[in-house]
This record gives sequence, structure tokens and C-alpha cells, in this order.
Amino acid sequence: MDAVLNGTQAVFEAHADNAAVKALSGIATNAKFDRGEMTITVARENIVAAGEAVKQAGYTFLEDVTAVDWYPSEPRFQITYHILSMSLKARVRLVARLSEDDAVIDSIVGVWPSANFYEREVFDLFGVRFSGHPNLRRIMMPEDWQGHPLRKDYPVEGYR
Amino acid sequence: MSPIAAPDMLNPGVEDVVADTERHQGVPPPQDQTMVINMGPQHPSTHGVLRLVLEIDGESVVSLAPDIGYLHTGIEKTCEAKFYQQVVPLTDRIDYLCPMTNNLAYCLAVEKLLGLEIPERAQYLRVLLNELTRIQSHLVWLGTHAMDIGALTVFLYCFREREDILRIFENVAGQRMMTSYFRIGGVSLEPPLDFYKQVQEFLNIMPDRIKQYENLLTGNPIWMGRLKGIGYLSAEDAIALGVTGPPLRASGVDWDLRRDMPYSGYEKFKFNVPVSNDGDVWARYVVRMDEMRESVKICQQALDGLPEGRIVADAPKIILPDREQMKTQMEALIHHFKIVTEGFGVPAGEVYQAVESPRGEMGYYVVSDGTAKPYRVHMRNPSYATLQALETMCKGRLLADVVAVIGSIDIVLGEIDR
Repeated sequence: MDAVLNGTQAVFEAHADNAAVKALSGIATNAKFDRGEMTITVARENIVAAGEAVKQAGYTFLEDVTAVDWYPSEPRFQITYHILSMSLKARVRLVARLSEDDAVIDSIVGVWPSANFYEREVFDLFGVRFSGHPNLRRIMMPEDWQGHPLRKDYPVEGYR
Repeated sequence: MSPIAAPDMLNPGVEDVVADTERHQGVPPPQDQTMVINMGPQHPSTHGVLRLVLEIDGESVVSLAPDIGYLHTGIEKTCEAKFYQQVVPLTDRIDYLCPMTNNLAYCLAVEKLLGLEIPERAQYLRVLLNELTRIQSHLVWLGTHAMDIGALTVFLYCFREREDILRIFENVAGQRMMTSYFRIGGVSLEPPLDFYKQVQEFLNIMPDRIKQYENLLTGNPIWMGRLKGIGYLSAEDAIALGVTGPPLRASGVDWDLRRDMPYSGYEKFKFNVPVSNDGDVWARYVVRMDEMRESVKICQQALDGLPEGRIVADAPKIILPDREQMKTQMEALIHHFKIVTEGFGVPAGEVYQAVESPRGEMGYYVVSDGTAKPYRVHMRNPSYATLQALETMCKGRLLADVVAVIGSIDIVLGEIDR
């Protein structure tokens, strides 16, 4: 098994040939290489730029956008993007962290149209807003639903 | 009034007929006379509930918006409240046509977090059952798709063979549909002795049966007329919209996770990945039919090469001990008690594991905080992305084509709701 690497410098030195590492060397704020998976953290202002950079580098297929709620720690929300390169047969995970009182991030629908539904899902279930999204409405819950069910402070059995 | 002159009903002129025909062949309709209709929430080819809000002009589709969110399984939230091993039966419920594939994706993800080594016998059994699941799922797709187009016989034929596979599942797992057969670390039970004969009998008849379906459909003029050139999706659009699986390969993208990013020992098997460049409903039909043949080949290889040995990894703190050991060894009893009541801790970290399900890339993103319950489980389901591409495929086509296209993307709504 590959060694676990933490921190931008360690990862970027050990995987200097990795296409995603090359593309994001100027943008990344943190990086992790764990269990054979590359995770690169970027600041939320740079998410669109990071998306375009990895797309240029051959990571053309957006597999998934989702979120993790690290309540009660801050920054609370972690938005995770899984991006696949069919030519390199590799994945990269982009991560951006958002604080609770300003849970807004730029939409990447302009880079990958498939992000449309994924971002609506994250908005619906976590209450994270995506600025520039063409149609940011709830997708699963009714329009008048109170709260965002996948937040950690939302009870498993719902409010009664 | 339509800008096209209303045909004289008693004596239509040639121009009227031509104009009317053109209007029905994808010429963009005028915008001022559209109508909104709801298709669904129930339709035999959508396994589950889906409502499509269609704006139509005459019979041409102007726009299409899927309205999802009826099932409300709350599955991701529920996973966070369960032990790791208790999530396995939940994953069956995501997609009732391929429970084994869901089991596999989840188990592989957790095994990656744990760093568990899976014995080869368990890997082969997993591959074998996964490919049977693929055939079974494709049979339901073919049956319901053909039924949508109006060919009922195929439906009955397909369900006959599906029954054979469900009997195999019942024999091996004790359950026909919600099998929960895989475990974190291996599979739950050693298959019974008649399992091998049963699978072999099925593999012997299946190639002939696939020919039978093709005899009924492939040369059939109605089938060709309803499928060819309908629901076109280009390779660029498919990639941009996140489409995976047979619809992606039918659009000419040669990508299959089993071959290109192998998991669970798929690198040991020889098979072809069917690809078509047409990108229409017909291409998806051809690709899936070929896929069934390839799956039969993989099953045969797995059955012939099935190694002897254990079916679970050697990890007593994670895997429940044998019944026999529990009766004789105190240690085994303690492990059993601890696993059932307290679960097992999983080292902190996050992994994403994707497998090639019958519908495309099914990925499990599991985040662990080091406790016995997953901090977050996210399912990346193929139908969700493919549903986004539906508008691209249906725009400008006829209302009846929407039915053919939905059938061709083989959608399961349990995958889509959260």
C-alpha cells in the first residue's frame, strides 16, 4: 500500500508527475494522498479556476459533487468534487471548505453541465448555495420544506 | 392558429400532408401554442416514481423537466446512524435490480478504508454474482423497454430467464431480491453444492435465449422504426452531462470501469467492452445485448476458475466468527458479541470507490471519523446523471419517442432519491 502523505509540500514532491498536481500547483492550499487517492484542497474563490485547470490537464469527467457537514467544527462544510480522467485512468478529489454563516461557493456548471443536478442536491440537503447556478431550487424535498435534512444538526427522525 | 394552414379534413392537399409530416420530424415548432403535460409519476419502464413535466407542441417535445423526489428513503441520513455492517442491507434498497452491485461498491469502499485483503474465492464469487446481477438487470430493462414499444412476448421471455437467476440468488443468499449477500471482508455464506450446477445450467441456455430475443426484435420493422435515430446523444454531450454505462458506450466512448480501473479481481477476466458510435436508442439496445453475452463469458470464467479457500478475510474483529467456533471458543463468542453490539472502528479517512453497475458508474463516497458508524455515506448513482441528459435526448422529438428514450436509459428511481 502506498504511503499516506499529508500537506501540500509532501504530496506535491512525491507526486510531481501527477497531472492534477501540476495543474493545481499554484492554487492548492492543502493536499493529501491516502489509500491511493489524491485529495487537493483549494480556497472557495478558486474552485472554478481549479476545475478548469484540471479539465485542461485531462480530468474531463465530473463524477460527483457532494458535501460533508463537520458540525460543530469550523469551517463547517466540505464540498467534495470527484473528477475522473479517462485518458489517464485516474481520479482527483477537489475539496473546498465553507464556514457556516457564509456557505456560498461558485457554481461549476459552466465547466461541467452535469454539476447542475449535483449542486441542486447539495443545496437541497445541506443548504449550501452555489452562486451563478442557473436554476438553484430544491430538487428532492418540497419547495416549502423547512431545514436541510443531511445537516448533522437535523435529527435522524426529523422534527416532530 | 397554427402558421401551417389547417388541412382540409375531407380532401387534404399534398402540401398539407408534406407540411404536416415535416412538422412531426423535428422541425422546431412555433412557441406560442405549446401545452404542458405531466408524464408519470408512474410508468412501467421507470422503476419507481418519476414525473416528467413536458412542454409539447402538437406531439413534439419543446422542453422537458424531470421532477424527482417521491420516494424519500432518507438513505444517506440513515447510514450515518448505523454501524458499518448494518449499512449493507440498506444498500440493497438503493436499486432493487442490482442489489449485489450496490453491496459490492459499499463493501469495497469500507474495505479500502480498513485496508482489508479479500480472499480470492470471495472475489470470484463476487464477480460471478455481479455479472449474474447484470444479466438479470438487463433482462428487466429489455422486457420493459420492449413492452413500452409494444412487444409483450419479449417481456415474458425475459422474466422467464430472470426467474432462473433469482432462483440462484435465493439458493445462495436465501433471498430473491434484497440479497445482502456480501459482507465487509468477503461474502456471508459458502454457496450450497447444487449452486455450481444451477449456474452452469443457466449459462448453458443463456446464449440461445439471447438469440431468441434478438430473433424477435432485431429484424422487426416496428422495433427498428421506433429505435433507430431516436434519442441521439453525442459523445461530448454524454461526457459533459456525466452519463455513464451503456448509454455512454452507445455514444462511442470506450470506457468501462471493470476493464479500465479494475476492482475485485476483474483484471483476471477476459471480456470485450461493446461500443457503438450511433448514440441512439438502437445503439443502447445493441450495446446491452452484447453486454449480456460478455457477462455470460465472465460468469463462465469465474465458475471454472473458482479457487478453493476462505470466503472471508482473516480479521476476527471485523468478521463474525463461524457458528461452530462460537459454540466452542470463548474468544469467538466475545468477538461476535462485540461486533454485533458495538460494531467495529474504521480508521479515519475518506474514500471513493466506483464499480460498473448495469446502469453505469456507481460510486460510494464513505467518510470515516474513526468511530464504528460512518460519518458520511454518499452514493453516486448512474441514473441521476443520465436523467439530466434526458432533455438533450428528447428535445424536438415526438412524445412517443420520450417513452422509447426513457426505456433506453434504463432508469431506476430508487437510485435517484435520497
